[in-house]
Amino acid sequence: MLVQGFGVLALSAFQVLSAVPETAAPGVSPGNPGRGARDYTPEHPRSLAPYFTPATSSPKAPDKDGFLQRWLLLEPIRKPNRSNTVFTDTYIRNAFTTEYFSNQFTMVPRAGDKVTVGGQELLWHALDSSQFNIKLFRFADGLNKPTYGVLFWAVTVVDSPREQRDIRLAVGSNSASMWWLNGKEAVILSGDRRMVMDDCVSKRLTLNQGRNIIRGAVINGPGMSDFCVRFIDEKGDPIKDITVNSENAGN
Amino acid sequence: MNASLFGATASILFSLWATNAARALDGAPYIHDPSTIMECEGKFYTFGTGGGGLISDDGWTWRPGAVRPGGGAAPDAIRIADRYLVAYGSTGGGLGGGHSGRILTMWNQTLDPQSPDFKYSEAVVVASSDGIEDCDAIDPSFLLDPTDGRLWLTYGTYFGFIRLVELDPKTGKRVEGNQPVNIAIDCEATALIYRDGWYYLLGTHGTCCDGANSTYNIRVGRSQTVTGPYLDQTGMDMLRGGGKLVVAANGRLIGPGHFGRMDLGEGVEKFSCHYEADLDRGGRSVLDIRALLWKNGWPVAGENFTGGTFVIESERSGYVLELTVDFVRMAGSRRGGFGGPGGAAGGRGSSSTNALGAGVSGGPGAGSGPGNRGPVGPVTPVALQTLAEASTNWPAGMMDVRLGDYMLRPHQKWAITAVTNAGGYLGSPYFKISLAGTDRVLAATGDAEVVTVPTFTGKPEELWRIDQLTDGTYRIMPKAVPQSKEPLALTAVGSSTPTLAKFDGRGDKARWNFKAP
Repeated sequence: MLVQGFGVLALSAFQVLSAVPETAAPGVSPGNPGRGARDYTPEHPRSLAPYFTPATSSPKAPDKDGFLQRWLLLEPIRKPNRSNTVFTDTYIRNAFTTEYFSNQFTMVPRAGDKVTVGGQELLWHALDSSQFNIKLFRFADGLNKPTYGVLFWAVTVVDSPREQRDIRLAVGSNSASMWWLNGKEAVILSGDRRMVMDDCVSKRLTLNQGRNIIRGAVINGPGMSDFCVRFIDEKGDPIKDITVNSENAGN
Repeated sequence: MNASLFGATASILFSLWATNAARALDGAPYIHDPSTIMECEGKFYTFGTGGGGLISDDGWTWRPGAVRPGGGAAPDAIRIADRYLVAYGSTGGGLGGGHSGRILTMWNQTLDPQSPDFKYSEAVVVASSDGIEDCDAIDPSFLLDPTDGRLWLTYGTYFGFIRLVELDPKTGKRVEGNQPVNIAIDCEATALIYRDGWYYLLGTHGTCCDGANSTYNIRVGRSQTVTGPYLDQTGMDMLRGGGKLVVAANGRLIGPGHFGRMDLGEGVEKFSCHYEADLDRGGRSVLDIRALLWKNGWPVAGENFTGGTFVIESERSGYVLELTVDFVRMAGSRRGGFGGPGGAAGGRGSSSTNALGAGVSGGPGAGSGPGNRGPVGPVTPVALQTLAEASTNWPAGMMDVRLGDYMLRPHQKWAITAVTNAGGYLGSPYFKISLAGTDRVLAATGDAEVVTVPTFTGKPEELWRIDQLTDGTYRIMPKAVPQSKEPLALTAVGSSTPTLAKFDGRGDKARWNFKAP
C-alpha cells in the first residue's frame, strides 16, 4: 500500500499528508515511493558508508557482472517534482539539456571540483560503490543533501584495452535518466522508472581503445534514486575487460 | 421460431449484461491494498488500508463491513488452525512522510463482526524499520509453508529491500533470534506462495495511487528455498529488479496490485488484487478476483469470463456441445470427389455410410470432379447455415444435448450472458447459456443430466458457474441440481455424451474450452 492510497481513499492519514508542503506528492505517488511524501528521514548520523568509499588511485575493474562501480557524482541539483509520472521523454530531454553549469556536457571533473548551480555551490565526489548499483539516495542522504526532487549528474572514465564494436550500454535507473558515451546520446530511460538491471539498452556502439567517457543524468521526485550501468555484448553477456580510473578524470 | 427477434433481444440484453460483467465484481468493492481473501463461516472477507474492509456472501457482490482495528495500511490475513491471524503496517510507507514502520499481528477467532466470538487479540510488533535503513516496514504478507508448517512474513516497499522474517504460527510473534533476509528490491505489496516445490514471490511494481495514471502491475520470481534467491524466467534476481509479469492493466481496469492467492482445490485457483482505477466506477480503486493459471511453472492471470457467443468444446473428445437435432445439410455440397488427374477416384464416403446418401458420389471411382486440378468456374463464398434453415423441425419443448463434431452449425453455438441480480461466486456472476439466437437455455435436471429448456426462468438449475482452471480450460457447473445437494459439473461421460457428475480434476472429462464459433 502506499500513502497515495490515502489520497484516493480520503482517509485520515491523507489529511496529515495534505499539510505537507512543497515537494510532497500527496495524492499521487511515485511507485517508488516515499510514497509521495517528502523526505522525512529522521535525524541520524550522516555517512556515505557503507554504500560508498572514496575512489582509489588504482584502476577498478567492473564487478563480476560487469557493473561499473566507480563514478564521479555531483551533489544533487534541486529539481522539485511532486510525482515521477511527469518524466516524459520531452520533459527529461528538456531537463537534461538545460545547462546547469558550464561545460556540463564536456567537462570531466576531478574529485573536489566545484560547480555553481542556481547560486548554489555543488561538489563532485569520486566514489566507489559497495553495491552493483549506485545508490544516489544514500549519496545525497550521506552528505545531508536533498534526497527528493533532485537531479544528479554522474561521470565515469572507462579504459578499454582495445576497440570493442557492437557492444551496448545497459542501464537501469530510478527514476528517469539519460546517458551519453563519448559525447553522443546512448540511451534514455523515461517515465517513472524502477531500477531493473539492463532495463534500457543502447543501440550497438563502439568502445574506443583507451579512454571513454560515460556521462549520465538521473532525475527523481519522491522516493529512492539509484542506477546501475554496464556494457554488454551481442549475447547480453557483460563486458569485463575494461577498467574505470578516476585518476584519468580531468586529464 | 422467430430467430431474428430472439437475436435482437439477445443482442440488447447481452450489451447490458456484458457491461456489467466486465466490471470488477459487483456491489461496492471499493478498497485499496486488500488482504488475501478469507472465507469464514460461509462469508468472504478482505481488509484494506485505513481499517475496515469488505464482506461478501458469495464472492461476487461486495459491501463494506469488515472490521480491523489499528488503522495503518495494507493488511494481510491467514487462517491457521481455527483462528485468523491478521497483519498490518501501522506506519511507514510514507505515512506521515516517513519510512519508520512497524508490522503488527493480531488474532481473531472469527472475522464476522456480528459473532460473539469476534475479538482481536492485542497486536504485537513483529518487524520494524527505523526510517533510515534500506527498508520500510509496510505491506506484510503471510505464507504458511505447507512443507513444514513454518510461518513466513514478507514486507517492504520501494524504500530499500523487501524482507522476509519468520513468525511462530502458534503465537503470531516473531521467532526469537530470527533475522530478516533481503529478497527483492524496487517493489511493494509482496506475497509469497508455494506450489510444486517452488516458492513464488509476487511483488507489485510501478506507481500507485494516481488513479488511471497508476502503472501498478504484478510480477513474480521463484526459488526452491524460501529465503531466495527469487529469479524471474530470464534468471534475473528480484534483488536486481527482476520479475515476470503476472497481470497488468486490462479492459477498463488499470493498475493491479496486492496479489492474494486462493486455492479452491480441484484445480481451481483464484487471486485477489485491487485495481488502482476502474474506469467504469469513476476511476476508483476496486477489488477484483481473477482465475490464477499456471503455465510452465509460472503463475499467469486468467481472464475473467464475461460471456459472448461460443462453441463449448470438450477437452476430452474435442467434440462440441450441441442440441440433439437432425443434422441439416448445408448448401455448398462437395463438387466431385477426391480424384486425381482425370477424377477417377471419386468420393470416399464416410466411415459408416455415405454422407450424401445412396447414389450420390458414393464409392471410390464414382467421382468426376476436378480433384486436385482446382475449381472449374467462378469461386463464390458459401453462406453459413442460418438458424431458420436449421430449426425448421425442432420440437418446442425440452431438448437433449450431446457432443459432436463442430460443423459451424446453429445448433452448436451458445450465447453466454451474465445474469444480473442472481448472485455469483468468487469473482464472477452466474451465467445463462442460451442456444445462440434463441431463448432456449441449458439446464440441469433432477436426475443429474443436462438438457435445454425452451425459455429462461431464472431457476438455479438454469444458472451456470464458469471457473477457469489452472490449465486454462474451464469447469462448468449449474448453480444447483434439483434434488441434489452435491455440486456437480458438466462432464463428458462419453466422447459424445455430456452429463452432470462430481467434478474430477484429474482428467479431461470435466474440462471445457470456449472457442469463437
